[in-house]
Amino acid sequence: MTETPLVEFNALKVRFKGERTVHAINGLSLSMQQGETLGLLGESGSGKSVTLKTLLRLLPPRRSEIEGSVRVNGTDITTLSGRALSAYRGREVSMVFQEPALALDPVYTIGDQIAETVMRHKGIGRHAAMDVALDMLTRVRIPSPERRLKNYPHEMSGGMRQRAMIALALACRPKLLLADEPTTALDATVQIQILLLLRELQREFGMGVIFVTHDIGVAVEVSDRIAVMYAGNIVETGTTRDVIKNPRHPYTRGLLAANLHGAVKGERLDAIPGSPPALEELPSACSFAPRCAFARPQCLSGLPPVTDLGDGHSVACVLEHPAFDERSREALPV
Amino acid sequence: MSKTEAGSGQQDRGGPGQPLIIAKDLKKHFPVRSGLFNRRSATVRAVDGVSFDVIKGETLGIVGESGCGKSTTARLLIGLIELDEGGIIFDGDTLGGDIGLKELRRGVQMVFQDSYASLNPRLTIVDSIAFGPKIQGLDKPMDRARDLLARVGLEPDRFAQRYPHELSGGQRQRVNIARALAMEPRLVILDEAVSALDKSVEAQVLNLLNDLRREFGLTYVFISHDLNVVRYISDRVLVMYLGEVVEIGPSEAIYAKQAHPYTASLFAAMPSMDPDNRTDEPPLAGDPPNPIDPPSGCRFHTRCRFAEDVCAARKPVLSVIAGDEAHLAACHIHEPGSGHSLAKREAAE
Ligand SMILES: Nc1ncnc2c1ncn2[C@@H]1O[C@H](COP(=O)(O)OP(=O)(O)OP(=O)(O)O)[C@@H](O)[C@H]1O
Ligand SMILES: Nc1ncnc2c1ncn2[C@@H]1O[C@H](COP(=O)(O)OP(=O)(O)OP(=O)(O)O)[C@@H](O)[C@H]1O
Ligand code: SF4
Ligand code: SF4
Ligand SMILES: [Mg+2]
Ligand SMILES: [Mg+2]
Repeated sequence: MTETPLVEFNALKVRFKGERTVHAINGLSLSMQQGETLGLLGESGSGKSVTLKTLLRLLPPRRSEIEGSVRVNGTDITTLSGRALSAYRGREVSMVFQEPALALDPVYTIGDQIAETVMRHKGIGRHAAMDVALDMLTRVRIPSPERRLKNYPHEMSGGMRQRAMIALALACRPKLLLADEPTTALDATVQIQILLLLRELQREFGMGVIFVTHDIGVAVEVSDRIAVMYAGNIVETGTTRDVIKNPRHPYTRGLLAANLHGAVKGERLDAIPGSPPALEELPSACSFAPRCAFARPQCLSGLPPVTDLGDGHSVACVLEHPAFDERSREALPV
Repeated sequence: MSKTEAGSGQQDRGGPGQPLIIAKDLKKHFPVRSGLFNRRSATVRAVDGVSFDVIKGETLGIVGESGCGKSTTARLLIGLIELDEGGIIFDGDTLGGDIGLKELRRGVQMVFQDSYASLNPRLTIVDSIAFGPKIQGLDKPMDRARDLLARVGLEPDRFAQRYPHELSGGQRQRVNIARALAMEPRLVILDEAVSALDKSVEAQVLNLLNDLRREFGLTYVFISHDLNVVRYISDRVLVMYLGEVVEIGPSEAIYAKQAHPYTASLFAAMPSMDPDNRTDEPPLAGDPPNPIDPPSGCRFHTRCRFAEDVCAARKPVLSVIAGDEAHLAACHIHEPGSGHSLAKREAAE
């Protein structure tokens, strides 16, 4: 028997209504195993945060429409409500943000906030909950944790607050941790500390992690697998090694080149021309086509097929489809 | 706008050997309120004795962590805030003596990170670009603005009459660059100018900056926290820590081998791009210290793994790294006779 996937997106579509319609997620399918760390990579507006918000059921109900399904441990979470929804949010899934201010309440001490959450979701007493809080602060390696329990968020440095937020998010031992750019606002020397901490805690707790970032280097440091998003869909997914060392989608290749890692000083960069689409309409062709150096008529005649290249490496591009003429492909620059 | 026209706004006065800017012992301290209920007043030593030259035609990169004083240094160079101490010499002319702020601001322009905040939302972009030249009484400001729009890759017929909110972030940043160039500066300071852009757009803007530098013979000071970007664009790199210069030298030399322990840690903190070779240990523990009360002696001694007694007792001075006259670091290890166990014994070898 195969294990139930931790997360399974099936043809997910998310649309925002209002003054203007935004097709934020457009038929996203993806499955993620228990205990896996998935790096969700993509540029501004590609739909990374909306994907996480859908998972946490944080989208504005009146202004958003969801199609398709999202299963977490086998349960479709798009239809949860009431007690089932709060149990799901408290025990199954938890989130860390870029800004600790979004998660930490300025008027309560760190210790009280963690203890309160644990009491609510685990139904244990205050004393035991404080012990959990102390244990969590120790695990995220906050120096003198006993003293820090009594600190208010504003009494801590940026890196320390980020650690406290991670402690809060993990206190109820979620099976899935969602991290939305949690290190983007941090200094370089602090960022790497937090990345390595998350990697260690993931191993220790055996939880699954979806880590959203637009920084390829950060994704490489934390992820087992990487999914690359463009215009509300995943264009390429695979093991971190496959995606970084053997990128197949033209957008992934462009993104890797634009990272400037190993770029020669002064030499012209292979910049992808143009900018991402506005998402006002549901795409009916490859969304990347207007910027793609390899675009051809097939790319505009329908959504590009998803091709499985083996080992879970898959790509949504006509060039990779087996039906595509091999001879013309050889002429392409790689 | 032709090449000669663009360069004619400001003459080269000091000759090629004269640095375009000499910054001498710049100091800027900000009074702030701190402590419980803001009762205590304190001083942030944002820039605390910073000296360097910018050579004509080069790109000088400035790196360092948040709050180390990069932007304050930039604002001092352009005369946006007043110096507490120290001096600025622009192409041989001393600020406050030979030239005033007005002349300095004409020769030095700045592009900021936030492309939106720096543009007037009520002006079309062509008006925004022409605004400065109009005030300065430069020739044909509107024609010049349209030429520059074309030059930064925004077709004037399509874009000139748009408002800032009708552009993407990358397009707005191009407008900001065009606006800076409209003043015919000789030095352009780019303070995190590409940091808010998406990677694919950032590459477009970097290509543009390289082209413009060549075409207009510009000199750049390029501030960024992205070491890959700084390496790509800079001839020399200056590293700051808590308001001080800790290392400066040719980009290749510093990227090949960092002399100062802080620079080494900063570089080691860059995420690995190799999935088979990920980072195992964070190079530094803890956060950077508070600039209100910086550590004594070498300000890095609280986090440095080579720290010895001398490091807390005495401030190291910028010293030449053996074998490269252009490469300097402020660390007792590189100061012969400092008393650090890893330093050479004698002041003279
Ligand atoms: N509540 C909302 N109402 C309307 N549109 C929205 C809403 N939230 C997100 N969007 C739109 O959905 C698209 C995807 O946004 P999302 O926040 O997921 O991007 P992202 O990949 O997280 O980008 P970033 O890197 O900038 O955080 C964008 O076009 C965004 O403007
Ligand atoms: N107007 C001001 N009043 C008080 N303090 C200030 C002011 N401007 C800057 N500072 C302080 O001076 C220090 C240096 O700030 P600066 O903006 O120069 O740093 P930076 O290196 O540009 O940082 P970043 O990478 O975050 O942009 C910081 O501690 C900052 O809080
Ligand atoms: S499907 Fe066509 S346009 Fe889209 S990425 Fe592939 S080659 Fe480019
Ligand atoms: S002077 Fe001392 S503390 Fe400072 S960087 Fe050098 S060895 Fe480290
Ligand atoms: Mg986001
Ligand atoms: Mg700054």
